Amino acid sequence: MIRHHLNDALLMGYSAGQLPEAFNLIVATHISMCDECRARLESFDAVGGALLSGATIDAPEQVMKNDSLAQVLARIRQAPPEMPARSKPKRGVFPAPLRDYVGGDLDAVRWRAVGGGVRQAILPTARDASARLLFIPGGVAVPDHGHRGTELTLVLKGAFRDEVDRFGPGDIEIATEELEHTPIAEPGEDCICLVVTDAPLRFSGLVPRLLQPFLKI
Amino acid sequence: MLQLLDKSPITRRQGPLSDPSGFKVVPQTGRVWGVTQAEEVQGEWVAQILRVARDADEAAFVELFAHFAPRVKGFLMKSGTDAAVAEECAQDVMATVWNKARQFDPERASVATWIFTIARNRRIDVLRKSRRPEPEDLPWGPEPEPDQADALALQQESKKLGAAIALLPENQRALIEQAYFGDLSHGEIARITGLPLGTIKSRIRLALEKLRQSMT
Repeated sequence: MIRHHLNDALLMGYSAGQLPEAFNLIVATHISMCDECRARLESFDAVGGALLSGATIDAPEQVMKNDSLAQVLARIRQAPPEMPARSKPKRGVFPAPLRDYVGGDLDAVRWRAVGGGVRQAILPTARDASARLLFIPGGVAVPDHGHRGTELTLVLKGAFRDEVDRFGPGDIEIATEELEHTPIAEPGEDCICLVVTDAPLRFSGLVPRLLQPFLKI
Repeated sequence: MLQLLDKSPITRRQGPLSDPSGFKVVPQTGRVWGVTQAEEVQGEWVAQILRVARDADEAAFVELFAHFAPRVKGFLMKSGTDAAVAEECAQDVMATVWNKARQFDPERASVATWIFTIARNRRIDVLRKSRRPEPEDLPWGPEPEPDQADALALQQESKKLGAAIALLPENQRALIEQAYFGDLSHGEIARITGLPLGTIKSRIRLALEKLRQSMT
């Protein structure tokens, strides 16, 4: 049962196509796990549809060129509408959008140790925000940190607790600049999260700060 | 076929929701646009997209093109694309509408909403040149015959939503338009509140539940 969802600003930003790539990745991954947010997203898409269909044509250059329809008709005559592919999604730890970035499921991740048994893997996205997978052994804490921007943490497996609440599979924590927190993986199962930030993290302790250049976050 | 082309630059169509009868009327002749009343009640443009999906009906496609192609082009231009690129992209979007018509699900989206998502994705490709991760696919359009009552309810909710947006205070509506058509930062988007999405969301939620059941 998912208890922590995306907020309206993220859903609308995703629907409008205004989020950085890393944010799009975490939104798409959460929605793959959460039909409640999928329905909310599609209702934001309906806002876009209403604006598009209700728009007036203000400028003459918005009118399509004379030969435009003929060109498109020539294109579509090459093939009738496609039959939809109805493949069953592969079951695994990672939903499809995340698997695309990892190049496979959990066993394909190339982890790097960052100390204390914690491991991470940075995912390739545009540089305006960063995405990484975090592996926290059961019972282990991630160092205290605050952040300059927004930090989103989506639990894929296991669970963690921090000053705010407990976060289990599918839950997403939206941490703003003000939140300084210490996520601790619940004892037992290891916790795997997708973490996205739009600014570098800052750690509170001295040693973690020295580590920061190596963490590349 | 050319007489079907949208006369928008001259007549300045006021948006689909201003006419409570639900008919699209060509002003000069008063002729109803090639769809029966029953089809029209199903939802705007649904009849045309179903004709494309089922019969590869070019005449229905031409009607969709007339309404949506210039609006998609305008949408791309407002987002900062120059007219030549916007023209090319609008053509791509309309070709995609044809190719993917069988994926349209009237229980989950209006035709305008569906075309908006195609246009938005094309815009991200062109303007940002970055990948757009999409949620895991649910099998779209799994039922050969969508449930008429559920599809009708969703289409009506889409109309109501459009009407409600048209009635928002001017500054609020301008902000929303800027979010979707322009470039509004995430922080600014957070200031937009109070969109009446509760009912349409519940409808979509229901359709998703049905889809999930059909998958098992």
